[in-house]
Amino acid sequence: MNKKTYSIPIGPVHPSLEEPMTFNFEIYGERIEKVYLAPGDNHRGIEFMGRQRNPIQIIYLAERICGICSASHPFAFCQAVENAAGIEVPERGQYIRVIIAELERIHSHILWAGIAGHELGFDSVLYISWRAREEVLDLLEYLTGNRINYGVFMIGGVRRDISEEQIPRIRKTLEYYKDVYGKIEDIFLKDPTIALRTKNVGVLTKEDALRLCAVGPTTRASGIKKDVRQDQPYSAYADLEVKAITPDVFSGEINGDVYDRIIVRLLELVQSIQIIEQCLENMPSGEIVAEKKLVKLLNQLKKAKGEGIGRHEAPRGEVFHYVKLAEAEVPEIWKARAPTYNNLMPWAPMLLGEQIADIPIVVASTDPCIACMDRVTILNKANGRKDVLTKKDLHELSVQKTRRITP
Amino acid sequence: MRLNKYFERSLWVFHLNTGSCNGCDIEIVAGLTPRYDLERFGIKLVGSPKHADVLLVTGPVTGRMLDRVKRVYEQTPDPKAVIAVGACGTSGGVFYNSYNLSGSIDKVIPVDVYVPGCPPRPEAIINGVLQAWIKLEKLRESMEAAPAR
Repeated sequence: MNKKTYSIPIGPVHPSLEEPMTFNFEIYGERIEKVYLAPGDNHRGIEFMGRQRNPIQIIYLAERICGICSASHPFAFCQAVENAAGIEVPERGQYIRVIIAELERIHSHILWAGIAGHELGFDSVLYISWRAREEVLDLLEYLTGNRINYGVFMIGGVRRDISEEQIPRIRKTLEYYKDVYGKIEDIFLKDPTIALRTKNVGVLTKEDALRLCAVGPTTRASGIKKDVRQDQPYSAYADLEVKAITPDVFSGEINGDVYDRIIVRLLELVQSIQIIEQCLENMPSGEIVAEKKLVKLLNQLKKAKGEGIGRHEAPRGEVFHYVKLAEAEVPEIWKARAPTYNNLMPWAPMLLGEQIADIPIVVASTDPCIACMDRVTILNKANGRKDVLTKKDLHELSVQKTRRITP
Repeated sequence: MRLNKYFERSLWVFHLNTGSCNGCDIEIVAGLTPRYDLERFGIKLVGSPKHADVLLVTGPVTGRMLDRVKRVYEQTPDPKAVIAVGACGTSGGVFYNSYNLSGSIDKVIPVDVYVPGCPPRPEAIINGVLQAWIKLEKLRESMEAAPAR
């Protein structure tokens, strides 16, 4: 029998994912034999731009790393700068940050549910869930003034307070989502077609998830209880009860397949609603930002010296920011690591041995966000040759960089 | 009933992301889904530029997408209209000084309609698509009126 495989290139412009991303599959019959990923189509050089702007301008830039995680990146960045400059955030500011971050999680998970339905060819799910998503966008617009890029984070706190009159409106939206959750759960977890399409598809074993450092719902669906909000509580999460959700809570078993990732995301929706309710009950009064005068804050940051990190559990997993301030107008180093960067490698074990028709849903099941993730390809301009870096080269480069940052 | 002379054909749109942050892209999808519901006018997203009347382009054209944007533009059949959505697509916006970006879409391909905003609201995107529609129909009329070469 002829054992010849053929290759299918997909992307960078393709109808299924919204973002540019290049794949190359080696296919035998209908089965995937090899997976090649070629990211880099969406690389904008944001860290480079950040090194030419002052920290307050960078918040605006960090928000635009990704339009879906537009609370997560500024959250982590502000924490990193506060950590470096030794700024303490008032308690009320911390609670408002958590409320905005959790509202974003609701919007992101419902958005994902719609995309997943679309990738399965179940377009009514896309329309039902995106209709439901508009409610939380309305609430975010009511609280912050914007639908997508909220512009609410500031170094040392937040820019907008949540007043007493606004709280009933928040509760109303939460009640709406408790209703809608039943409907979405009904569609995803009780519908036999979705179960047939997603059970035992795109399996990521616990070992692979640990070895490849997957984060967020992708790793929790494989049975690893990893959640920054639980492991290293920051901001107001320290006062709240947050437990990492694994799929066995619902179904009693862990398979690490696409179905389990759906379960985790849907359960996290409920968890987010509970977290916001706890926040509303316990919200302390007081200031919302440590330093109201921006000029004074900028001068303080100009004099600051040191390095800081910020971590936040974004809807897709842990986002990590590193900032080094060196008594200058602009930060010396700014490094952002988005969750999709970690969740990229698990695609290979998930996709191997699957059918071509399952590619969209398996890829979408990690909720990829290419805009957050893209890095540089090394291109030798003199001869136009692309160099492939091995693990050893990458290790050497990172050692060099670490020495440069901390001599 | 005919609403006006431009509501004759349905308009098919191809959405091209050239390195945007996703903000505009989800607002485009929001424009198609029930709250704003562009599909009631027969406007829908298609999977290939060869089927499209209108190109909806977002993002500040990254280095690797530069050639692809030109190719997608050439693959779209005439008469066509190009809409640049978002601040970075219209002017470069917040990403004005990067080493890997062209800055704005009109430096790469001709743009007919600009929709500013970071991201623009779905209503603004719908308005942009309708502007492109009117422009497209005028273009089509002038093409029909012109003597065949």
